[in-house]
Amino acid sequence: MDYELLIAIFPQVLLDGLLLGFMYALIALGYTMVYGVLEFINFAHSEIFIFGAFVGVEILLSLQSAGWLERLPWVVVLVLVLLAGMAASGLLAVTVERVAYRPLRAAPRLIPLISAIGVSFFLQDIIRLFESIWRNAFNLVYPTMDVMNHRFELTETLDVSVRSLVVIVAALLMLWALHALVNRTKIGTAIRAVAEDQAAASLMGINVNRIISLTFLIGGAMGGAAGVLFGIQYSLINPYTGFVPGLKAFTAAVLGGIGNIPGAMLGGLVLGLLEAFAASYMSLLTGGAFGAEYKDIFAFSVLILILIFRPKGLLGEVVRGRA
Amino acid sequence: MNSKYLRGVLVLCLTLAVALLPGASPLQAQGKGTIKIATQSPLSGGQAALGEGIKLGAQLAIDKFKGNLEKAGFKVELVPFDDQAKPDVGVANSKNIIADKDILAVIGHLNSGVAIPSSEVYKEVNLTMISPANTNPTVTDRGYPNVNRVCGRDDVQGVVGSEFAAGTVKAKSVYIVHDKTTYGQGVAEFFRDDAKKKGLTVAGFEGTEEKSNFDPILTPIKAKNPSLIYFGGIYDQGAPFFKQASEKGIKAKFMGPDGMDSSDLTKIAGKAVVGMYYTSAAGPASALAGAKGFVDDFKKKFGKNPEPYAAEAYDATAIALKAIEAAAKGGKVPSREDVSTAVRKVKHKGITGEIEFDSKGDRQKALYFVLQVASDNPEKWGDNKIVKQLTIAAPSAKK
Repeated sequence: MDYELLIAIFPQVLLDGLLLGFMYALIALGYTMVYGVLEFINFAHSEIFIFGAFVGVEILLSLQSAGWLERLPWVVVLVLVLLAGMAASGLLAVTVERVAYRPLRAAPRLIPLISAIGVSFFLQDIIRLFESIWRNAFNLVYPTMDVMNHRFELTETLDVSVRSLVVIVAALLMLWALHALVNRTKIGTAIRAVAEDQAAASLMGINVNRIISLTFLIGGAMGGAAGVLFGIQYSLINPYTGFVPGLKAFTAAVLGGIGNIPGAMLGGLVLGLLEAFAASYMSLLTGGAFGAEYKDIFAFSVLILILIFRPKGLLGEVVRGRA
Repeated sequence: MNSKYLRGVLVLCLTLAVALLPGASPLQAQGKGTIKIATQSPLSGGQAALGEGIKLGAQLAIDKFKGNLEKAGFKVELVPFDDQAKPDVGVANSKNIIADKDILAVIGHLNSGVAIPSSEVYKEVNLTMISPANTNPTVTDRGYPNVNRVCGRDDVQGVVGSEFAAGTVKAKSVYIVHDKTTYGQGVAEFFRDDAKKKGLTVAGFEGTEEKSNFDPILTPIKAKNPSLIYFGGIYDQGAPFFKQASEKGIKAKFMGPDGMDSSDLTKIAGKAVVGMYYTSAAGPASALAGAKGFVDDFKKKFGKNPEPYAAEAYDATAIALKAIEAAAKGGKVPSREDVSTAVRKVKHKGITGEIEFDSKGDRQKALYFVLQVASDNPEKWGDNKIVKQLTIAAPSAKK
């Protein structure tokens, strides 16, 4: 075994893992916030996430064909695309809640879950239909902005591209903003109140429906931002791309303690790191017997172990009985 | 009340189904009957560009060569099926195909992993399958009388690749990644085994189903700094892989098998794949002496350039029609078995050269190419340079 190589690539793998982890964290927020207020898993969230990526790519492609992509400063383009992705995904999430979940709020817990799975399929195929008519394409590619590909060689084996920095900075900013919103503002207090006890919250004059919509808006917007960042980082998207990252982000939310916002962030980072290390190191450590294709098995085995010892997740949200 | 209502709906559905059942209407029973040729290829999803090419190639051949059969009083039709590049969908479709008695030949598939299980179904009724694109050796090595292909084989293609890597590129070490499918892993293994024999260092051999994030695989590759990276798989996965490899600053030469042969490769990966090599068991239509007219006809009819395998599908369909003609000499719609037997006897001078099948259904002399991507403009995919061209006979049956 080649120990030098193992050590040499360590920082790069750490960085890859963090990148992936931040993306999972942003998506996981959508799952965890909705669970926090409604105790229900919004399985359509993976499509809300990829919808953001599609809005982003559409804007970039139209800017490109108008010749503005080169002329506008890249930071402006980036902020514009991120905001558009967030707005689109946030509004989509609110619409989905209004149309597919709110009418079922009094129904048994499994019913909205099935509705969510239905919405997920519906959105996948609507996006596919639209793109095949509009661009006659299945795979869409984020146009490259040369600045974003610039790499800083820190050491011989570690380099950071502008793109990766953008992803990390944007993710950190958004996580911080969300944290501040939930913990330091009146709206945040209202969200936490609704999460704790809907009936009591409404007695205190909180409009529960509006707060639930708002939760979907914020969760969806985070997902949309993650979608745009995902597209910028990995460049190729198709209507079904959202499914796997969505599933992993859901896992991350459970890992961190579903319903718990810092937990989702931590869970995302842990899962991203586990996956990156498993994929990069497995074949080196086992001499090729177990390759990168076993990364998910490894990551999920660790996950099962963690959940056996901490069934409520890493940060263990106390799952309340409904009042 | 509920059950009565349900029964009513059921009866209504059944009535409708019977009324709409194709072939049940007596109006169609004119002439001597209908002969249908089915295509099976991915018409939706990430590999639709190639799958659509197969369908259109077959369509063009039917339009061109159906004359004789129509004069003899038959109606000739194309029935396209979408196998979505998924084995389960392919098998489900093939059950529908064998149920339709008018279908006398299948042109397909794109993916070996789909063709192998589907051809098990065709074999039940001895329905002939002529594949334009399935290069995995198992496809014909099973020795089925109804399975044929007009393209080459991966055990040859992999070797053609490694020979080129060792001889022309003069690579010292190779890193091999594959997509874990029958096709991708298969050709990657042939490449690896021969590369080892030729004294190249195989720095790594990895399978992955990942479609978007290749970072964790690329990091060890970058550290090992191989002189060539081989991706055994299809362009929808290979393109983002090579794009991310190049963006990570990996300097190695890139190479892949014929799964990379689609203009979508440059559409997705852009500049990253310019100069990349790929082997092919189906040359670009522009390189084929007899294909000039085909390319023009194709462009005129469908308004775009033929994707790779469209020419092979065209030849495969022409062979199927020839075989059906030969088997239909009595003036009746021939049996599937007769068509299968006739296919093996056809000698066809197609646009991809002389085609004749051996006893396994392999092409007697198949063409192999090594090509190099010339431009990052997907429109110019047809301009890719042929850097090497070989005609190699299929290996004889082993075991």
